[in-house]
Amino acid sequence: MLELVARKEASRFMLWLTPALAVVLTMLSGLALFALLGKDPFEAVRVIFVEPLLDPFSRTELLVKGAPLVLIAIGLSFGFRAGIWNIGAEGQFTIGALTAGAVALAFWNVEGIWLLPLMALAGAAGGAAWAMIPAWLRIRFNANEILVSLMLVYVAELLLSAMVGGPLRDPDGFNFPESRMFHDSATLPIIIEGSRAHVGALAALGAVVIAYVLLHRHLFGFEVRLFGQAPRAARFAGFREARLVAACLGLSGALAGLAGMFEASGPVGQLVPALPSGYGFTAIIVAFLGRLHPVGILLAGAVMALTYIGGETAQMAMNLPAAAINVFQGMLLFFLLGIDVLVNYRIRLRRAL
Amino acid sequence: MSERSANGQALFEAKSLRKVFPGVVANDDVSFAVGAGEVHALLGENGAGKSTLVKMIYGLLRPDGGEMRLRGAPYAPARPGEARAAGIGMVFQHFSLFEALTVAENVALGMNDAPRARALDARIREVSEAYGLPLDPGRRVGELSVGERQRIEIVRALLQAPRLLIMDEPTSVLTPSEAETLFGTLRTLAEEGVSILYISHKLEEIRALCSAATILRGGKVSGRCDPRAETARSLAEMMIGRALAAPKATDWKPGAARLSVEKLTLPSAEPFGVTLRSLDLTLRAGDVLGVAGVAGNGQDELVAALSGETRTRPEAIRLGGAPIGGLGPEARRALGLSVAPEERLGHAAAPDMSLSENTILTARGRAGLASRGFLRKAAAEGFANRIVTEFGVRTAGVSHAARSLSGGNLQKFVVGREILQKPDVLIAAQPTWGVDAGAAETIRGAIRSLAAGGAAVMVISQDLDELMEISTLLSVISEGRLSFPVPVADITVEQIALLMGGGARAEADADA
Amino acid sequence: MDLSALNPADLAFSLIVAATPLLFAALGELVVEKSGVLNLGVEGMMILGAIGGFATAHGSGSLALAALAGAGAGALLAALFALMTQYLMSNQVATGLALTLFGLGVASLVGQGYAGQTLQVSARLDIPGLTDIPVIGRLLFGHDPLVYLSLVATALVWWFLNRSRAGLILRAVGENHEAAHAIGYPVRLVRVSAILFGGAMAGLGGAYLAVVQTPLWVEGMTAGRGWIALAIVVFAAWRPWRALLGAYVFGGVTIVQLNLQALGVAIESQYLSMAPYLVTILVLVVISADRARARLDAPACLGKPFYASS
Repeated sequence: MLELVARKEASRFMLWLTPALAVVLTMLSGLALFALLGKDPFEAVRVIFVEPLLDPFSRTELLVKGAPLVLIAIGLSFGFRAGIWNIGAEGQFTIGALTAGAVALAFWNVEGIWLLPLMALAGAAGGAAWAMIPAWLRIRFNANEILVSLMLVYVAELLLSAMVGGPLRDPDGFNFPESRMFHDSATLPIIIEGSRAHVGALAALGAVVIAYVLLHRHLFGFEVRLFGQAPRAARFAGFREARLVAACLGLSGALAGLAGMFEASGPVGQLVPALPSGYGFTAIIVAFLGRLHPVGILLAGAVMALTYIGGETAQMAMNLPAAAINVFQGMLLFFLLGIDVLVNYRIRLRRAL
Repeated sequence: MSERSANGQALFEAKSLRKVFPGVVANDDVSFAVGAGEVHALLGENGAGKSTLVKMIYGLLRPDGGEMRLRGAPYAPARPGEARAAGIGMVFQHFSLFEALTVAENVALGMNDAPRARALDARIREVSEAYGLPLDPGRRVGELSVGERQRIEIVRALLQAPRLLIMDEPTSVLTPSEAETLFGTLRTLAEEGVSILYISHKLEEIRALCSAATILRGGKVSGRCDPRAETARSLAEMMIGRALAAPKATDWKPGAARLSVEKLTLPSAEPFGVTLRSLDLTLRAGDVLGVAGVAGNGQDELVAALSGETRTRPEAIRLGGAPIGGLGPEARRALGLSVAPEERLGHAAAPDMSLSENTILTARGRAGLASRGFLRKAAAEGFANRIVTEFGVRTAGVSHAARSLSGGNLQKFVVGREILQKPDVLIAAQPTWGVDAGAAETIRGAIRSLAAGGAAVMVISQDLDELMEISTLLSVISEGRLSFPVPVADITVEQIALLMGGGARAEADADA
Repeated sequence: MDLSALNPADLAFSLIVAATPLLFAALGELVVEKSGVLNLGVEGMMILGAIGGFATAHGSGSLALAALAGAGAGALLAALFALMTQYLMSNQVATGLALTLFGLGVASLVGQGYAGQTLQVSARLDIPGLTDIPVIGRLLFGHDPLVYLSLVATALVWWFLNRSRAGLILRAVGENHEAAHAIGYPVRLVRVSAILFGGAMAGLGGAYLAVVQTPLWVEGMTAGRGWIALAIVVFAAWRPWRALLGAYVFGGVTIVQLNLQALGVAIESQYLSMAPYLVTILVLVVISADRARARLDAPACLGKPFYASS
């Protein structure tokens, strides 16, 4: 019989091996899933994982999809490490897009290089403010931030829908619930000619570097890690929980809001009700798959973006259902959490007595 | 050798029991026998293998070798339910109680076939009164005192009419007078023919109560004796395997007041916590104030109030005259007040962080391990290495996680981390709890020399012998009240015993 | 606005229908949490139950079979959670989130062929004489059997937790798993059973939603109800009858806002649709504000992993 034996210390080797193992296991299960759906499994894997890498345009699309995922996941990783569960990034993303979009529309006929920075500021502030609601309710009233932040996703989406159907609706849009298209000053510069890859990718890269320094070289990262591992020790060390809750939620909200601004002023170019497309939830998977480590998140974001793009190709080329990719991503998280056991436990063969 | 009952057959026998955990042989070739109606002591230091042994008897662990016999028949319980059905009852050291449930529900959980609620209430009343252990079946356990909680465990065991009752360190949570009552109950039980396996490292009570003893050291039987025929000293030497050194007297000249607490009253934030009531004390340079008392009488709350984890009125606590009651832990540390809490893993240290990261917890200010918010990793590593060298912490290196250290070594690290910051005042809670003799000596020595160097120290401990050895002043905490500190030279163990039984309250009430 | 268009008996009737899925899911989660496990995957188990129930009802036309299929689907997903958290020691919060994401994905994959399809399954009671009594007749005697099952389940869960020995053991495991283990109770087995029960109840609630309340398959149709059920458990302070109250309050909020929308109140429909979510937040705030009370009510081991070292 198999038996788990607790390790004296977490295995660093396993810490890095298990995500790779999870990806391999998910691939294998994916083969089974695709076969079950009546598709040629190997063809599906080739279309999803290999083809996007061979096609130049798809390669740049990796940056388009990966940037918001990495940006949001970086923000979430701090809270998750500290045991502060913001699962409403999707809502903060939505509000960020909305506030940034509102700024863009307010200056719809004004040109200026100051507009994009102002929008970024508005997006980050909007996301942060939305995240401060669960933070404040937890600090002041002890309300569970998981449930509050999640509830606010629905509220944010309804708010966006009300706004684009009301005050922000395109006056020349035949009553369609959409805003005007943003003009050039409010549209993100493209970093690779002929693609949709925008400066958001650079911002995500910058976030990775800053997060790495914060987490491993700065007292704030120490505080975050300490709270997650031993909250009592953190209070003993003199760190204040309320401040940390506000900082972690505020940070993740700001980054999610920024991602929302990038999405609105980048690939989409206007405000539409369907703008929030699940990045905020997929980023949770990215954060865990990346081990809550900035560099890991960068790699995980790339893998996840690949499944998005490959999934879209497979949808068109093989008529693979869109939801299959969601199942695939869910499986990845399960496998990761499941084999994580190897980090803290050894498996031992127990002889029968 | 242990005594046998009248017909010469032992009630319970263990033969060559062996239990191996990864990396440790917890029990090796352990044999002993308990006769009917015998009170048999199982004696040994922390880590000698006593707990492992009784867990095997109670069906919580399975032996890797050897066998057990009950009334001559082979006995191999697969789970505690089988042990109880065979007539074995157990009273745990760390209670297996449920605070949110009632007394009756707790008792029912410990029985194999509990009667219906009303009948059970009646039986609890009946048995608890018959043995002098009064209990109200309808009360929530969380509202009861530690002594009352132990009664639940005993009553629970007695309701199943056990033939062998295992008591794991029962008096470690009792006041001396409560312990006296317990001994009465145990003697009555023995007269009724119940055998008792009594686990302890307190020598005097074993001499008073037990008629046979098996002594464990390093997982092996290191001796058997009739404790009534031994002295406490000879028992101790069998237990630790070497001759005892006499305690050293200390020179003591108190200096200026370092820390003073004035009329500190603090309701507990925890649902079942203790309220601190009008505490007063003054620590002067050179003082080592020992705070005795049974666990759960407000020690945790006092430490939290002094460390700054709980804030108080600013004037309630003064450090060198300045009011600090409103400050947090970091600000207090900066002013020279250090604390080494009781719980090593999860409170004093973060289990999964390396030793070098663990220094940043409390020493980032005074030892300069962070500057402008950035960590100085090399400095932290250097500081951790200094602790390891100066306090003889056994570890493969300061990059290893705190939880990989043994309890004693981690305790040396925690105390060392505070002492090396040269605090003006050190508060140490249970500094040698669960620590082997050698490490305990290191820690006590370090505390003494810190005080000798002009700091004021408070040691909170349940171990009276330890407090008598290292303190200059002694005080007792009981139900959130602190008795007036008395010089150790002027106090007798009997006086302390009286205070631990609630004397502190009588005294405080007289003051008011 | 014409308030006379609202019929109180109809309102009450639809309130009960709207509350029933929440009640099933909340009762299940309540038992899970009483055993010391926090399963945040209610939403995922619910939507899997919804598609399981919908597909079965679509094929068979039987409400009973649909309910069973829904419960089975929920329990199946819960089994995965049990395996992960109880045997592979994974983090309960993260695993619960994974359960929700995975459940939503699987449900929309399975539900592709059913998108936009409707059902005709009616199993309302119709007792001649009783059901025909004006106003209260239909309210008391005119529901489908699952509504009555949800009420019976509330009573049974109460009885189980407070009067049965198995329930006492379950509470003990949730209060102090170390002690329960020391006395000899199988902590893991108790928890796995509770998790499976919770999954079945969430699945049942989902099936009710998709087969009776809105007999139409829409992707993501649970729309946060699983999360609201989690909030109801907190609101109920882990007491079954208060969970009933909580579910009916939320059912009421849902019905009132839908009716206001139908009446064409001069508020954008989006703002009215926010009501259930905002009420959830409000309720959480009110209930949690008394920290001491909240600590006392919550099972002491909620969300803590148990690893038997000996």
